[in-house]
Amino acid sequence: MTTKQLSGAEIFMQSLIAEGVDTLFGYPGGAIMPVYDALYDYRDRLNHILVRHEQGAIHAAEGYARVSGKVGVCLVTSGPGATNTITGIADAMLDSTPVVVIAGQVGTKMLGTDAFQECDIVNVAHPISKWAYQIRSAEDIAPAIKRAFHIASTGRPGPVVLDFTKNAQIEKAEYIPQEIGFLRSYEAVPETKPGSIEAAAELINAAQKPLVLIGQGVELGNAQEEVRQLIEKADMPAGCTLLGLSCLPSAHPLNMGMLGMHGSLASNVKTQECDLLVAIGMRFDDRITGNISTYARQAKKIHFDIDPSEINKNIPVDVAVLGNCKDTVARVLELVKPANHQAWRDSFQSYHDTERTKVIDPEIHPAGGPIRMGEVIDRVSTQAHDKAIVVTDVGQNQMMSARYSRFSESRSIVTSGGMGTMGFGLPAAIGATFAAPERTTCLFVGDGGIQMTIEELGTIMEQQCPVKIILLNNNFLGNVRQWQELFFQSRYSFTHLLSPDYSKIAEAYRLPYALVTEREQLNEAIATMLATEGPYLLEVAVMEEDNVLPMCCPGNDVDDMLLEI
Amino acid sequence: MEQNNTLYTLIIFSENIAGLLNAVTSVFTRRQINIESLNVSASSIQGLHRYTITCFSDECTMKKVTKQIEKKIGVVRASYFVSSEIYIQEVALFKLSTPKMLEHGEISKTIRIHSGKIVEVNPIYSIVTIDGMTDEILSLYENLTQWDCILQFVRSGAIAITKNRRELLDEYLAEREKKFNENEGRC
Ligand SMILES: Cc1ncc(C[n+]2csc(CCOP(=O)(O)OP(=O)(O)O)c2C)c(N)n1
Repeated sequence: MTTKQLSGAEIFMQSLIAEGVDTLFGYPGGAIMPVYDALYDYRDRLNHILVRHEQGAIHAAEGYARVSGKVGVCLVTSGPGATNTITGIADAMLDSTPVVVIAGQVGTKMLGTDAFQECDIVNVAHPISKWAYQIRSAEDIAPAIKRAFHIASTGRPGPVVLDFTKNAQIEKAEYIPQEIGFLRSYEAVPETKPGSIEAAAELINAAQKPLVLIGQGVELGNAQEEVRQLIEKADMPAGCTLLGLSCLPSAHPLNMGMLGMHGSLASNVKTQECDLLVAIGMRFDDRITGNISTYARQAKKIHFDIDPSEINKNIPVDVAVLGNCKDTVARVLELVKPANHQAWRDSFQSYHDTERTKVIDPEIHPAGGPIRMGEVIDRVSTQAHDKAIVVTDVGQNQMMSARYSRFSESRSIVTSGGMGTMGFGLPAAIGATFAAPERTTCLFVGDGGIQMTIEELGTIMEQQCPVKIILLNNNFLGNVRQWQELFFQSRYSFTHLLSPDYSKIAEAYRLPYALVTEREQLNEAIATMLATEGPYLLEVAVMEEDNVLPMCCPGNDVDDMLLEI
Repeated sequence: MEQNNTLYTLIIFSENIAGLLNAVTSVFTRRQINIESLNVSASSIQGLHRYTITCFSDECTMKKVTKQIEKKIGVVRASYFVSSEIYIQEVALFKLSTPKMLEHGEISKTIRIHSGKIVEVNPIYSIVTIDGMTDEILSLYENLTQWDCILQFVRSGAIAITKNRRELLDEYLAEREKKFNENEGRC
């Protein structure tokens, strides 16, 4: 009997296609050349996007994954190609983003000899990835790819790194389609403990002042609908984490705004007044809780999560509901009695009003003076009918985007939450456009962050990715400047920075460009940008020393929020 | 705050995969927990390695640590025990100066009192083995130092067997595999 022998690189292509991959972001080099050679024959089935730096490839894969819900794929060479993806791997780990990174590696015989461009990427990646594995033979490829996509996408998603030795790419073997068998060392969805569903429902039914915390887990578990029904039936106001912002439409009457450091005044104050906290698919990050020793001490707590190690990690809870929240929330929903907590719900309003007069109105409807970041974001959101995919970089631009964008569709916020990776935005926005080419993708980015991965304008130029880049230029590393103002006596140590002439950058990259310096130009400039097909760079000169408010200063109680400085 | 003064023993089963030891110990180092002893060897289940790790900590931390270890792909099960729940043992080897032993008859007597065994004797040195708990081994060590006769001393990591009446790992794996097969049959 003869079996069809394929090269490892071809088996790799077949395995990717079997996983439903059609898009990958990558950059070639010596140790991955056999794969790139095979890719040449698969161009009709696998759309490879050549980025300008491997960090761009991984962030693009993350953006793609966040918007599509599919696994993002990133293909790079060994050594420096692999190490350039590290920031993105760590980023994907903290933000539970399903990506598979395939990095070339020197031949098996050369391993451990400090061969050219050899780097022990498996060991480097171990603590920052969900799984890292080295493929040493052609036979090993199909099973490894199967397992990699399974692990990346199931349970709590995360990054997987495959270290693909060169000999395995070249050797021949038969391609055997794979199935996931029983894995004794991986349980994607933990068992829901008997009684926990009932216990959760009981606490919800007994609550007078419940507050729900919605995290990205709701989006990852596709449980938006179940959660919406739960909060409506039990009449529970809800706040969203940064990554969970688009799980519940902003206009939903029970949506009380973002949680945490720069979240809404009401949702943070009410965290300290509620009698029940229902956390769904979120992990009580310190940016959400502030001082954990005083956090919601008065409340009973329920935690829905798919990751057992998150339970009681930061905040001890009364009832833990393990499992996929799509399933567990639906089961709790059945046992929950319809309720009306109108007085409790109404009590949020005065805080909304205070925040509006003290913070929001001055930011989005200033009487005069320089353009504020908030008003730019508010106008973009309005003109995009609250339907855009909002990609952000990190810093004030990110917090302002989170505060002043409105969301009506899910999978619409792409931002680096856990790591706070500057430079994430531009490449992530590229990935988003490949995940949802029919949607509008807006990137909000600062003058610091854009210069971190500015080379990806080359990718945008080549691919004509329809990213609407809104560059909020304050001539500062604004977020750090704000902290210097607050905590370091306004000693602006190395936070003022010089920018290039962005009109020339745009010209060099052949991008349509406009600069807005006056408030009166803003609406029209945004309309032009949104009406222009393909990419666009809109630079807005914003107030230099604006501050993101309200603010719960690090370590303070969550309801202790600064409204003015 | 609870005090970090209870000795915990973690028993961990993992696939035999390169790099996992590092991944497991990094959970301790990231939380600044000092590993007192560590032993890795094959287990009674095919392909699975068994780690025995001891450390001083508190129960709340141990709960979090075991969950974080169990989350690593490749780790099958991680559990923690206090000393009453397990039978735990270490081994130590001493290389002693034979002339010193001949000079001080108390040395051999001390070894016998501590249930040490002399397993090799030549004119230069003698080898002594002892098994037991850390404090038993250390007490022999301390006693012997007074004669300045120790040429080498080494103590192994602790190994431990649980005192459960049931073999929980086997049951756990069988249960999970059964469930997996049932779910397979469904779709
Ligand atoms: C890679 C990286 N380096 C440094 C930081 C620290 N940091 C957080 S926000 C920020 C300033 C960002 O400035 P800019 O991009 O201009 O945005 P702005 O805050 O002004 O909107 C810095 C330096 C970071 N988050 N990421």
